Amino acid sequence: MKEEKIIKQVSVFVENKPGRLAAVTEKLYEKGINIRAFTIAEAGDFGIIRMVVDKTDEAYKVLKDAGFTVSLTNVLGVEVKDEPGGLYSIAKTLADANINIEYVYAFTFGRDKALIILRVDDISKAIEVLEKENVLFKGKVE
Amino acid sequence: MYWDPSIEKMPLKDLKALQERRLRALVHLAYEYSPFYRRRFKEAGINPWDIRGLEDLTKLPFTKKQDLRDNYPFGMFAVPTSQIVRFHASSGTTGKPTVVGYTSNDINVWVESLCRSLIACGVSRNDIMQIAYGYGLFTGGLGFHYAAERLGATVIPISAGNTQRQIELMKDLHTTVLACTPSYMLYLAEFASNNGVDLRETKLRMGIFGAEPWSEETRKRIEEKTGIDAFDVYGTSELSGPLFTECVERNGLHVWADHFLIEIVDENGEPVGEGERGELVVTTLTKEAMPLIRWKTGDITIMEEEKCNCGRTHPRIMRILGRADDMLIVRGVNVFPSQIEHVLMQIPEVGEHYMIILDRAESGLDEMTIQVELAEKAFSDKVSDILKLEEKIAEKLKSVLNVWAKVEVVNPGTLQRFEGKAKRVIDRRKI
Repeated sequence: MKEEKIIKQVSVFVENKPGRLAAVTEKLYEKGINIRAFTIAEAGDFGIIRMVVDKTDEAYKVLKDAGFTVSLTNVLGVEVKDEPGGLYSIAKTLADANINIEYVYAFTFGRDKALIILRVDDISKAIEVLEKENVLFKGKVE
Repeated sequence: MYWDPSIEKMPLKDLKALQERRLRALVHLAYEYSPFYRRRFKEAGINPWDIRGLEDLTKLPFTKKQDLRDNYPFGMFAVPTSQIVRFHASSGTTGKPTVVGYTSNDINVWVESLCRSLIACGVSRNDIMQIAYGYGLFTGGLGFHYAAERLGATVIPISAGNTQRQIELMKDLHTTVLACTPSYMLYLAEFASNNGVDLRETKLRMGIFGAEPWSEETRKRIEEKTGIDAFDVYGTSELSGPLFTECVERNGLHVWADHFLIEIVDENGEPVGEGERGELVVTTLTKEAMPLIRWKTGDITIMEEEKCNCGRTHPRIMRILGRADDMLIVRGVNVFPSQIEHVLMQIPEVGEHYMIILDRAESGLDEMTIQVELAEKAFSDKVSDILKLEEKIAEKLKSVLNVWAKVEVVNPGTLQRFEGKAKRVIDRRKI
């Protein structure tokens, strides 16, 4: 099932002013939600927080109830070895299949592994090609 | 349906003759009883006998807001205080307060005028009318109150604010008509939907909105959100209060010409061509306590003299496009907040609340920022989508305003809501 290979990223719209990130993370902290991967795309007067958390639905609800503009986005997780060339092989695989990467961010885990979060323009095709390379993250984000 | 059919459908020729008679009488009365107008006429070298017909109107000088402030409190009155039965006052947000007074007959003309309007827009004695305009010194609440009562409708005199209560009573007392500012209606609709109340399931069928300029797009939004019919009302305290509404044709607001003589003038006070926009100037033909001759309302509109499909012969003014003194000058270009509202309302990705912020950069250049709320459904996790939206709005604004504005989308629900007249402009420019 493709569904299982998709990671739900929590995306939050925030105005670029003091205290906004604190307000978002405070809500998650109150509910005991752990952030596993996190990035902010900033664009002058606003930014978009993108994160992968352990309790996605709960995070979505608590932020929504607190009045944030929040959505869930389908992204892919790719597991690579934490060594030179790790990202390159993934990027090349996708490029060869003519799949565009819209954004990407990564974090390391364990001793020698990196998890790369990808948003692509054609997610089912991306699953197909990455599946063949056997790099798709299959675990659960916990 | 008409309130006073013989007047409302009076042939234009007879109406003009009536206006002429009343204008002549007004000029003589003003000269005789109003120290202000006697002085004004003398300064302008005008003898009341010079004014014989409507074509002589332009010989008379304008009356401006500043005249009311300069003659505060009683200098504009043409009757002794003993004949005045009520005062109203403006809050003086743009300067010193101004006061207006009414004789018993003035109140009667005001109530009768609004009665005609209410019937014209479809209110009947079977309606239950919730009046959410402020009661008190502001003319909105009491103006609607007495007109609705005379009409025989049922009045809920709830005044402005306390939205929770507004909605409760609306449901419990089966309100059919709501009168309030359009910005408050938007707020109330949002409040209702956040609290799980569907206004479509109430008996509310129409709203009469005014006291601030609003746009056709706002009308559409209100109607789509709430399922009611939204009507425009116009009036100012100097003219009495709320007076004129759209008729069911919804193609302009009928100005009762037996009591009010209107002109549209350009920035230099010259009459504009037919169908052109300009400032509304009103001469009160029958007001006793505080007659006004060529009163510059500051409101920008267009006049339509063609007989209306509803059968009424009285001229119409189109929706107020803005206020002459709301006009912002940004980099030397005239900008009306209503133009900005008009553009924003056509963009489904943003909400209906907005703020206009003006700054002056160190270089001396004006910078205009428009803040608008991102509609929930338009949120994308891609920065480029939101930047594109900001750019699209900025381009649309530029094409209408002829000046660039920076557009900032903000979180829904974060911009200020207004229960009375909205104040959407923050001017931080140091002159």
